[in-house]
Amino acid sequence: MIILQTLSARLPDILFYLFAGLSLIGAVQVLCRRNPMNAAVSMVVTVLSIAVLYILLSAYFIAAAQMIVYAGAIVVLFIFVIMLLNLSAKEIGRRRYTLFKAFAAFVAAAVGVSLLPGVRGAPRAISEQPIDPSFGSAKTVGRLLFGEFLLPFELTSILILAAMVAGVVLAKRDITPNRTFSPVDAILDLLLKSDRKDKSP
Amino acid sequence: MSLFPVGLQHYLALSVILFALGILTVILRRNLLIILMGIELMLNAGNVAILAFSKFNAAMSGQVYVLLTMTVAAAEAAVGLAILIALFRTRKTVNADEATYLRW
Repeated sequence: MIILQTLSARLPDILFYLFAGLSLIGAVQVLCRRNPMNAAVSMVVTVLSIAVLYILLSAYFIAAAQMIVYAGAIVVLFIFVIMLLNLSAKEIGRRRYTLFKAFAAFVAAAVGVSLLPGVRGAPRAISEQPIDPSFGSAKTVGRLLFGEFLLPFELTSILILAAMVAGVVLAKRDITPNRTFSPVDAILDLLLKSDRKDKSP
Repeated sequence: MSLFPVGLQHYLALSVILFALGILTVILRRNLLIILMGIELMLNAGNVAILAFSKFNAAMSGQVYVLLTMTVAAAEAAVGLAILIALFRTRKTVNADEATYLRW
């Protein structure tokens, strides 16, 4: 009984370790798997366990958004592209040299070590007081998003529009426009007649 | 750093490890698809850190930042994959070592 009580008191911490470990396993699989499809599925594991961590951090709306945006949109986009390219084993490539691996491990370790003082110096948990029950709900996030952060939110729409146009333009097969019969084209034809002839064959 | 009341430090440690794994993925792998996945891992690590700070300082605005970061990540993935498809059409490769024709 006492064990059960301590277990339920420690449940958020146990869930943290469980899902943190799961997300790290997924990340290691992304790093090590040869096949891009396996890496994409491992990324789903990482993304979903990070969403559980967001729930533990009482960011409920962000957790739902993480599941929808990452697992539902970004990873699906990756899988679409993997299937579209349909890579052979030769195109997937060989392994790196060991010297390069040592260099990469050094860079990653340097990043970790340089961030370590920041982690160790972080203040202890101060959320002993009961946290506001509306913390992280869609309502409060929405109020902030459409109130204090309205301008960044609207700028985001321009970013999305630019990304959409860029995606369409980049993935299009050829970007020479069809001939139209407008006066502007006729004038351009007259002006650039020699140019056009050079390029036409 | 004790294991059991899980606090800010634990989340930050997880975030650092995830970020380092993302950097390793970007440096080590040559498949451009997996390099893009490594960038997504790094963005996720940053989001974990922001949300941990937001929770333990009881500041809601961190969650809005994370929402904006996720939008940027989605846009980045879309444009990156479009570039990848354009590269594969012209050069028949997704290997970062073979896409060197912009190098001086």
